[in-house]
Amino acid sequence: MSVLVFAESPGGKLKKSAFEAVTYGKKVADALGTDLVALTCGPAENAGVLGKYGAAKVLNAADGLSSFDSQCFAAAIAQAAEQSGANVVVLSHNSYGKSLAGRVAVKLSASCVSGVTSVPSTDGGFMVKKNVFSGKAVAEYDLQASNKVLSVMPNTFPPEETGAEVAVETISVNLPAARITVKEVKTVEGSVPLPEAELVVSAGRGLKGPENWGMVEELAGLIGAATACSRPVADVGWRPHHEHVGQTGVAIRPNLYIAIGISGAIQHLAGVNSSKTIVVINKDPEAPFFKAADYGIVGDAFDVVPRLIESMKTFKAGQN
Amino acid sequence: MKFLVCISKTPDTTTKIGFVEGNTRFDTDKVQYIMNPYDEWYALVRAMELKESGGGSVTVVNVGPASNDAIIRKALAIGADDAVRINADDSDSFFVASQIAAYAKDNAFDVILAGKETIDYNGSEVPSMIAELLDMPFVSYASSLEMAGNEATIARDIEGGKEVVAVQTPFVVSAAKGMAEQRIPNMRGIMMAKKKPLQVIEPVGVTTSTKISSYALPPAKSDVRMVDPENMDELVQLLHNEAKVI
Ligand SMILES: Cc1cc2nc3c(=O)[nH]c(=O)nc-3n(C[C@H](O)[C@H](O)[C@H](O)COP(=O)(O)OP(=O)(O)OC[C@H]3O[C@@H](n4cnc5c(N)ncnc54)[C@H](O)[C@@H]3O)c2cc1C
Repeated sequence: MSVLVFAESPGGKLKKSAFEAVTYGKKVADALGTDLVALTCGPAENAGVLGKYGAAKVLNAADGLSSFDSQCFAAAIAQAAEQSGANVVVLSHNSYGKSLAGRVAVKLSASCVSGVTSVPSTDGGFMVKKNVFSGKAVAEYDLQASNKVLSVMPNTFPPEETGAEVAVETISVNLPAARITVKEVKTVEGSVPLPEAELVVSAGRGLKGPENWGMVEELAGLIGAATACSRPVADVGWRPHHEHVGQTGVAIRPNLYIAIGISGAIQHLAGVNSSKTIVVINKDPEAPFFKAADYGIVGDAFDVVPRLIESMKTFKAGQN
Repeated sequence: MKFLVCISKTPDTTTKIGFVEGNTRFDTDKVQYIMNPYDEWYALVRAMELKESGGGSVTVVNVGPASNDAIIRKALAIGADDAVRINADDSDSFFVASQIAAYAKDNAFDVILAGKETIDYNGSEVPSMIAELLDMPFVSYASSLEMAGNEATIARDIEGGKEVVAVQTPFVVSAAKGMAEQRIPNMRGIMMAKKKPLQVIEPVGVTTSTKISSYALPPAKSDVRMVDPENMDELVQLLHNEAKVI
């Protein structure tokens, strides 16, 4: 018995979510009293470093996995699990894990829960928690099959170093022919991807127009935050669609969510209510968002945000 | 092109969530149900558009009891040609995927679409399970889907960007924002929907192995602390010293 974690490395680089998944996998292995095995697929620079985050072994399946096809990756993960006697497979609940969890579960006849936010409790079953109803509730799942697939929610288990680097072992797996051709990968350079961001500055219709986003971007840039927006803002094209957070947009759980000129409709809150600290800036003291906030500022964004930027600059200058 | 669109029923986005029977069951009392927005706004509408431009048919499939017929009729009113309801409670994602895969196997669909996730259990598991059960390629979180003959070009959302992929039919795709725009059914659509075929079939036997044992509401937020809008230094200090997030 062991736990296998898939650590993704698009473009050959291990992602932050890979370190989080390994950290979580280590906690799962500890809860079960067993070892953690990490698997990388395709090129993965410096993968031995995953040992530091708790992997007793690091495997690499290289051939045929340089671009992403869920069929090939799921085959590699399932075979690596079989080869290492793993009955729990851990993935990240991101664009990889969401393509893979169901496939791997079917291959291994496993119970499957995605978006997990807790370490399994093993007294009287194998139970994990996840957010349901878009963050409006938490459900505890009982995984009854002997094999289990869990995908862990991003920004939930920060990477923790607990061990030392290990050597990488190459394994061979039988893959089906790839049927997906990746033609292009477009990433926004330099900025933090929203689902992975620890700090997020978000704004809504209260900002009146796209020309007023300069201060949002400036504040975000100062603290290294990603930018986000409410749905109507993305719908009218003031901001790109990938910034839309909420029930029908991206669900995020950053450490800090600053909401500027957003009313706090239930569908908006559904995507952000798991944020650890919420700051709301709104000129209407009755805005529903204040009920979900940790810190509230009643004021005009066009006065408050420039002032916040100045204070943040002073603070940052004092830190250096 | 034969399109199959998987639709599910979810509580309306404004629903207040509560539980009964010692927090082991979702309280369905007074809950308004809707078609899962991703299924309706993006998967179904894009299938309709592709049918309108390239010909073919759009079938919708739902796993659920007779009370789901209302949302199935809505899908027909939006423009699907026919519908299938697999008459069973949707006990877990493997059960649902197995039912849809069993139906799809005998009906040679070219493209199977679903929403990227449901807004109730937020699993994203069903479409990838269907793909695996049918041995088909799968593209998740697609924000655009273009077809040229049997080849599809799909952009999918990845962290901080997009990936553009090509794939041949048959395949499974899950739909995200951007793929299409919501369509409101018109009176004619609603009238026609009443006459369109809705076939009810019985489920295949499947063992489920994932169960929800209990629910809880998220821990209540402590009261909001108001900060003077003139004093943003204080906010910065609170974020640094108290919340410890910067
Ligand atoms: C099915 C469904 C799904 C939905 N999904 C989502 C979703 O995923 N995400 C989402 O965000 N919404 C979603 N919505 C929409 C949601 O209901 C709200 O309409 C939306 O969130 C409102 O956006 P907003 O707060 O930016 O705008 P508004 O509601 O217009 O609020 C603007 C706020 O700005 C404040 N303001 C105005 N001027 C200033 C100023 N100068 N300084 C400071 N504050 C100011 C106002 O007091 C107000 O509170 C959904 C709706 C439906 C029906």
